[in-house]
Amino acid sequence: MRLKTQLSGQTYQFKDVNEVMAKANEEKSGDRLAGLAASTVIEMVAAKEVLSNLTLGDLRNNPAIPYEIDEVTRLNQDGVNEKIYGEIKNQTVAEFREWLLDFRTSEAEIVRISRGLTSEMVAAVAKLMSNLDLITCASKIHVTAKCNTTIGEPGVLAFRLQPNHTTDDLDGIRISTFEGLSYGVGDAVIGLNPVIDTVSSVSNIMNMFHEIKETFQIPTQTCVLAHVTTQMEAVRSGAAVDMIFQSIAGSEKGNKAFGLDAALMAEARDLMLKEGTAAGPNVMYFETGQGSELSSDSHHGVDQLTMEARCYGFARLFDPFIVNTVVGFIGPEYLFDNKQVIRAGLEDHFMGKLSGISMGVDACYTNHMKADQNDIENLSVLLGVAGCNYLICVPQGDDIMLNYQCLGYHEAATLRGLLNKRPIPAFDEWLGRMGISENGRLGKQAGDASMFLRS
Amino acid sequence: MNTDDIKKVIEEVMKGMRVADAPSIGKAPEPPAPPEEMRDLAALDIRQTLHVPDPVNRDAYLKYKSATVARVGIGRTGSRYLTDAYLRFRADHAVAQDAVFRDVSEEFVRQWGILEVQTLCEDKVQYLTRPDLGRMLNSENAEKIKQHCQQKPAVQIYIADGLSSTAVETNAKDTFLALVQGLEGHNVKVGTPFFLRFGRVPSMDAVSEILQPEVTVVLLGERPGLATGESLSCYMAYHATVGMPEARRTVISNIHKGGTPAVEAGAHIADVVKKMLEQKASGLDLKK
Repeated sequence: MRLKTQLSGQTYQFKDVNEVMAKANEEKSGDRLAGLAASTVIEMVAAKEVLSNLTLGDLRNNPAIPYEIDEVTRLNQDGVNEKIYGEIKNQTVAEFREWLLDFRTSEAEIVRISRGLTSEMVAAVAKLMSNLDLITCASKIHVTAKCNTTIGEPGVLAFRLQPNHTTDDLDGIRISTFEGLSYGVGDAVIGLNPVIDTVSSVSNIMNMFHEIKETFQIPTQTCVLAHVTTQMEAVRSGAAVDMIFQSIAGSEKGNKAFGLDAALMAEARDLMLKEGTAAGPNVMYFETGQGSELSSDSHHGVDQLTMEARCYGFARLFDPFIVNTVVGFIGPEYLFDNKQVIRAGLEDHFMGKLSGISMGVDACYTNHMKADQNDIENLSVLLGVAGCNYLICVPQGDDIMLNYQCLGYHEAATLRGLLNKRPIPAFDEWLGRMGISENGRLGKQAGDASMFLRS
Repeated sequence: MNTDDIKKVIEEVMKGMRVADAPSIGKAPEPPAPPEEMRDLAALDIRQTLHVPDPVNRDAYLKYKSATVARVGIGRTGSRYLTDAYLRFRADHAVAQDAVFRDVSEEFVRQWGILEVQTLCEDKVQYLTRPDLGRMLNSENAEKIKQHCQQKPAVQIYIADGLSSTAVETNAKDTFLALVQGLEGHNVKVGTPFFLRFGRVPSMDAVSEILQPEVTVVLLGERPGLATGESLSCYMAYHATVGMPEARRTVISNIHKGGTPAVEAGAHIADVVKKMLEQKASGLDLKK
């Protein structure tokens, strides 16, 4: 294993695989904050050169966090298909990158090889890709999953409807939900981030979503994004919901900070299969985001891109319906500006797909980042082209509860129109029946939430 | 302190301010009403405006809209936003961005007449990307504080940027004056105030180790939401030390005219500080 290279006459020596991986990253403020980033651009390129010549076997044998001390590493390593891994372990990361991008490599082959990858391999190849490489490779891969409806088919772009409210007021949530539906949003999931994390309040919202779904016969799925234990208790006490949600991290320590481990996730999934309202079999929803491990001091000296890939390795164990990175939510100390957030969005989406999960993105930014609505509109177009399973929308991009901005309801129809995509088929038919869409475009009724308020 | 007492303190503080602070430094003037032919787009109440032409049920739409400040019922042209809705969003984001990226003005600090010191951060970009540096001071600045401020006061109050200069310039001084008035009413001695540029919440631990007060109080700007750049927070801790658990901090947030007004907040903070002094505790250890 060569950890040294010469570039433009200068020699660069790295002490271990983790240092190579960290320094090979495109510029991220979070890696700098953690003291892991390359100090010059040429050092970054040197690290990329070293990484390109490591084999997939080198990466398997050098997990970012040791097997002995971390559950996420153990589950990831133990889940590898050894036959498939045996076929690729002598490939370098450069060869693997070129194989992925080769016209002759089929989608089916990539999906198969995915079973033989660890998260570190997924992260490594992302570090050797340009933005257009990430888009090109991601667009080759389609990952479908089924809760009530099936997400991820070619030609489909779905959206999560996020009707958050500052006090969980049911009328306020209801009107934001109706508004989103009237713009064709909500085929991925109708999912709310609650303010109040109690069983009774969460149950009330779950039941209201269920009632809306039943009343208007909407072919979609619902979720209330409280802590997993709160949701489980709500389901056990009879609340009607299709999916259980949880934020996850790329290390055991990070997951512990979120109040979970693999056993709890498995228990939540079992509960949903037995007592959830969905057809299934995919009944889990996860969110992630670069930098969350560093923010809970659980990154073990590992760069944020590699930690993010490990989230996806963990997520896939529970056959989720959807997983999304909340890419600009965590703030400028992790992703400083538009350039970094766009790069991270494309990386995360690609890595999720290569990990075999149904991947979406919350293209968003906070008010203390150097980014604005134009930047995430740009990102949403790039992700649409990359074949992202779903994006997230709130009324005009303004999340009044979480105090950040993401895409607005209007963006759903706009992106579908521009990119020649349609909603999830069953939902698409429903939109037509309701007069919200006509021939795949917004119909006359679109944008009038009061169509759901006929007295 | 019962409600009447609080009211009395507030009245006294208000009285004091009118005399001492006319015109109040850094206080945003009330926005003037626009002349008839103009309109202030940012002043319209989103909850009461509906831009959907011929809605199926206008009354119900408006009734439900009144339950949320979410931007619903805003209409469309094709699949895009109407111009006013688009400009309103831009205006509201501008308020937030200006609050974060503009520095607290030197003029504001100079007019107040308090000492200004700085953390290890050199500029706003470094401040936003290196939270670790925003909690530390170099020896020169630590020495300045030591020289200029009273040692071991019962309560040390200071101001820092946090994430909104607008909040500091609008609400910090009024909150401070009401707080001092409240503490004096409790016969509690207050140390020398100062402004810490590029300071984050845990800078209070470093300040506490320099001046060794019983209670350290920092007033700083909150991360702004859209159109809400004026919100100030107050963090307090009893015998704060570098590296102490976050759970030892007590926070009072949402200090602005649409939340808890500055003067009311100052009086409330004074009561909380008094409790800390009595119980010799803060954060989760403080009994209600």
